[in-house]
Amino acid sequence: MRIASLVTRITQQMRRDRRTLALFFLAPLLILTLMYFIFDTEASDMKIVVTGSDQTIVKVLKQADFQVTAAEEFSQEKMIEKDTDGWLHVENGKMKLTLLNDEPTRAKAVQMQMMQALQGNEKNTPSIEEKYVYGDADTKAFDTFSPMLVSFFVFFFVFLIAGIALLKERTSGTLERLLATPIKRYEIVAGYVIGYGLFALIQTIIVVLYAVNVLDIVLVGSIWLVLLTNILVALVALSLGTLLSSFATTEFQMVQFIPLVIVPQVFFTGIFPLDGMSDWLQKIGKVMPLYYASDAMNGIMYKGFTFNEVLLDLLILLAFAIVFITINIISLKKYRAL
Amino acid sequence: MKNAISIEGIAKGFQQKKVIQPLSLKIEKGGIFGLLGPSGCGKTTLIKMIVGLIKPDAGKVTVLDHEVPNEALLMDVGYMAQSDALYTELTGAENLEFFAKLYRFSKKERRERIQYAAEIVQLTNDLNVRVAHYSGGMKRRLSLAVALIQNPEILILDEPTVGIDPLLKQSIWEELERLRNEDDKTIIITTHVMDEAERCDKLAMLREGEIIAAGTPAALKTQFAAETLDDVFLRIGGGLK
Repeated sequence: MRIASLVTRITQQMRRDRRTLALFFLAPLLILTLMYFIFDTEASDMKIVVTGSDQTIVKVLKQADFQVTAAEEFSQEKMIEKDTDGWLHVENGKMKLTLLNDEPTRAKAVQMQMMQALQGNEKNTPSIEEKYVYGDADTKAFDTFSPMLVSFFVFFFVFLIAGIALLKERTSGTLERLLATPIKRYEIVAGYVIGYGLFALIQTIIVVLYAVNVLDIVLVGSIWLVLLTNILVALVALSLGTLLSSFATTEFQMVQFIPLVIVPQVFFTGIFPLDGMSDWLQKIGKVMPLYYASDAMNGIMYKGFTFNEVLLDLLILLAFAIVFITINIISLKKYRAL
Repeated sequence: MKNAISIEGIAKGFQQKKVIQPLSLKIEKGGIFGLLGPSGCGKTTLIKMIVGLIKPDAGKVTVLDHEVPNEALLMDVGYMAQSDALYTELTGAENLEFFAKLYRFSKKERRERIQYAAEIVQLTNDLNVRVAHYSGGMKRRLSLAVALIQNPEILILDEPTVGIDPLLKQSIWEELERLRNEDDKTIIITTHVMDEAERCDKLAMLREGEIIAAGTPAALKTQFAAETLDDVFLRIGGGLK
């Protein structure tokens, strides 16, 4: 009897909270669908450029399922520009293979496939000298996606903490009390941005220093650029979190934004290869702030990009932050016209 | 300027429900003005429209000759909400300091104002305790102190004495009367307790978003030939024939 009463009450409560209910049933489907499309994508062809070689090697490689282009001359710069996985230079019977290695698993695949193809051609194992554009032979997959994880954690925690803080301010009535003082709306938003931004900065410094010094994760570029990127990530997360918190009435509903806002972004951070995704899927990624954060972070930490090379990513992040902050300031109008 | 607050034909509805029927009200400068009415009669909504936290659907509110909302007015109006809007992680002093800073007081002024406000509500000895450890009454008093922090000309208090023991209630009322007499403040207070209504200089009785009677407590009793304000209220409400 008493148990039944509890069961009835819980059922009633759940039915009233339509949001929770919808999320409970539908969010897994959303994430599952995303994963279906993301893991379903085929690996794209590996692009190889061959220089200084006769046609036989080109032919052999073509048969081995490479997308081969023969060229008069080539360079590492061109590899980066044209997103070429490998460049094979043959001179006086010596082979020199330069691997882009932006994704270590891909580089290893190129290596393997080429060895097999060339072995079939000549009886003895060919000796190939290897060079790497990014990283080296010891590069682990973790080296390439750990930079994204740094940004992800900054985004995740700042989003939740700032969102819940503003929600608490809203439900406890302090926000309304605040708006009964001569404070301006932009001052509230700026206060939040600076206040929580400060903690986000400290978090970033701790995470980055730990990752680089203790876990020995590759950091080729400037640590200052890493910090700058993550300050922007924190700004975006903070402004998005406070914005979405106005659509939540309880802390639990704030947590519900994780599968809707955070998890889908993870799929587009490059932890899963983006190259093979279908076009429409890649387009979805481009509306997600973490996509740009990951691009910039991977560029700086792994590829050693300079400020100018990640400038576009940073500007887009800044634009996200500005848009969200503006909407935040406007949405406070709901409480006070001034 | 005779009127501190002048309300002309304001109305407000939430979703389909009309919370404030078109109503007009003038509140003179100086004195304690009581808004009396049962829960859900629209007292809080009316007060929030005076402070400028809710925009009326129609009509206008003028406070100290400025139409609400007006930024300068927020300096002159001290507001105490019905629920304690306090930062419970902070101490009492830190809460007061925070709000004092929003009014841009100098460090010296802030110290004086905090001391003054804390003394009125008798929290001086508990200022360094976190609000989370405060009792319900202490939180109420701290909220009142926050409303007093900028020394506003008009004090708007939404049920300030709920959950406060009779002794403290008495001392708060004495302080309100002192603020009226010595500092010439205008105080607007909402209540549903009749003994508090008796102490107001003027009263407006609110029912279902309408002012059903207004005047001094004595005048109201005469007008409705009632012994107490309770009777007045019941008579208008149709409870007593």
